[in-house]
Amino acid sequence: MTKHIPEKVSVAVKSVIENPERRKAMKRIFRHAGVAVFGAVVAQAVIFSRPARAAKILRPPGALPEKEFDSTCIRCGLCVKDCPYDILKLATWADPAPLGTPFFVARQDPCRMCTDIPCVKACPTGALDPLLTDIRKADMGVAVLVDHENCLNYKGLTCSICVRVCPIRGEAISLKPIQNERGLLQIPTVDPDKCTGCGTCEKHCVLSEATIRVLPRELGLGVSGTNAMGRTVW
Amino acid sequence: MANLFRRIVSYLKSHPWLLMRRTLQILIVLAFVIDIPEVGRIAHGNLSSSLWFWNVPLTDPFVLLQSWLAGAPLAKVALIGAAIVAGFYAFFGGRIYCSWVCPINMLTDAAYWLRQKFKIKGNLTMSQDLRSVLLVMALVLSVITGTLAWEIINPITLLQREIMWTSAVGLTFLSALFLFDFLVTRRGWCGHLCPVGAFYRWIGHYGRLRVMAVKTNACSSCTDCIKVCPEPHVLAPVVAQKAMAVTDSDCTRCGACLDKCGNGALSMKLDLSRGNSFRGIPIVKD
Ligand code: SF4
Ligand code: SF4
Ligand code: SF4
Ligand code: SF4
Repeated sequence: MTKHIPEKVSVAVKSVIENPERRKAMKRIFRHAGVAVFGAVVAQAVIFSRPARAAKILRPPGALPEKEFDSTCIRCGLCVKDCPYDILKLATWADPAPLGTPFFVARQDPCRMCTDIPCVKACPTGALDPLLTDIRKADMGVAVLVDHENCLNYKGLTCSICVRVCPIRGEAISLKPIQNERGLLQIPTVDPDKCTGCGTCEKHCVLSEATIRVLPRELGLGVSGTNAMGRTVW
Repeated sequence: MANLFRRIVSYLKSHPWLLMRRTLQILIVLAFVIDIPEVGRIAHGNLSSSLWFWNVPLTDPFVLLQSWLAGAPLAKVALIGAAIVAGFYAFFGGRIYCSWVCPINMLTDAAYWLRQKFKIKGNLTMSQDLRSVLLVMALVLSVITGTLAWEIINPITLLQREIMWTSAVGLTFLSALFLFDFLVTRRGWCGHLCPVGAFYRWIGHYGRLRVMAVKTNACSSCTDCIKVCPEPHVLAPVVAQKAMAVTDSDCTRCGACLDKCGNGALSMKLDLSRGNSFRGIPIVKD
């Protein structure tokens, strides 16, 4: 057997076995490597089991898609500081978002869509994409009228607050008439391509819980195409 | 009360290095929170990345390294900021960050002070290499998970955020850290566990600001300096082998040894000479 081991290796092995100092050093290295591997496996499991960001957590304008944002944002809070309306906050452990990342909650304080976008300008890392120069192209989420049962316009009233407060009303959200058994209804209808997800409509919805809410796009919108499961009968 | 105040003042008078670095540490914390009338705020952001005097970007190279390993592209401003910081510490000595900037140092120093006041002897010994292990783990985990692994618990920015937004959510963790240093292990966090310290030690390996013993025969080998040093092993060559300078990059340049030495044997100097150390091993004078 031994003759298959190259000489260099066998000499090295021998010197470790025969030299107690080296043996100690090797032992130490192995012990540390053991600690590192064990620790990394545990920590890795802990990190992966963290809950995902909650739907009400909205990122500032220009934020990269969530996964890239998580790796690119260095949690410095420069965007927070430069927002003139103080809507942004860095997540603490009590918030359902990765620790230290900036977010806002539409119902509390929506983005005012500053035309000079100071938050993006402040970001040193590009986690808020500097290519975003027109705030109307921002994509913080998309407004969805989630609750038709309670929306006052669906009941035949003309509340329409959400439409009236929208900074790009008429484009992002407008009233579309539909006729049903209650009569002619004026339905707030969002154009997902125009809506920036600023959250002003959600903020101002007059009901005690908003019926129109801004959701991350992947939660708020369906995608056309076919779903193989859709036609399966079990 | 007045008596206590007088005692503190006289203590600080006899410990000028402590006074200087506490002043700087506190000024740095305040720079991020205080609005000076007419001038505004001197520093924006936090210790991860900040903008000083409205123009100078500073970025923690360790945080940026994690971000890069997690898969993020490097942006110019952040890179410039990190280069300034890394360059400074590489030239002067990495763990200057620990003694002069890091706010956690005030917490762990307080825990250590209390530990001595209460004469707590119990000590869970740990390897000082653990911090390097944690450093490697933080970097590897950033690659695997695609997030900034250490920033999930980093107490430094956590403490700073708690101060800036007067929040208290992270307080449990910070008090655990305090109790750990107070009751469990002597200099437990900064001396054994913190990977940020390990990172700065690593970039500042050849740092040129050094504690030096240039006055021949001034040292009486009383070992007083070793007793106050947060990283006692770094002084051993100076006291025991009469080395000219502390060359171990664990030295945080806190100056506690200078404050303590009654013989004036030590001084903090910019050591630009070559030849009295080779790869961190001091060349011993005869
Ligand atoms: S666009 Fe204006 S209001 Fe909106 S997050 Fe940025 S700075 Fe704040
Ligand atoms: S400025 Fe950029 S890097 Fe800093 S917290 Fe905001 S998004 Fe993150
Ligand atoms: S979130 Fe609401 S207010 Fe903002 S753009 Fe979209 S529809 Fe308009
Ligand atoms: S070891 Fe870590 S926590 Fe301690 S002072 Fe240095 S950076 Fe701060």
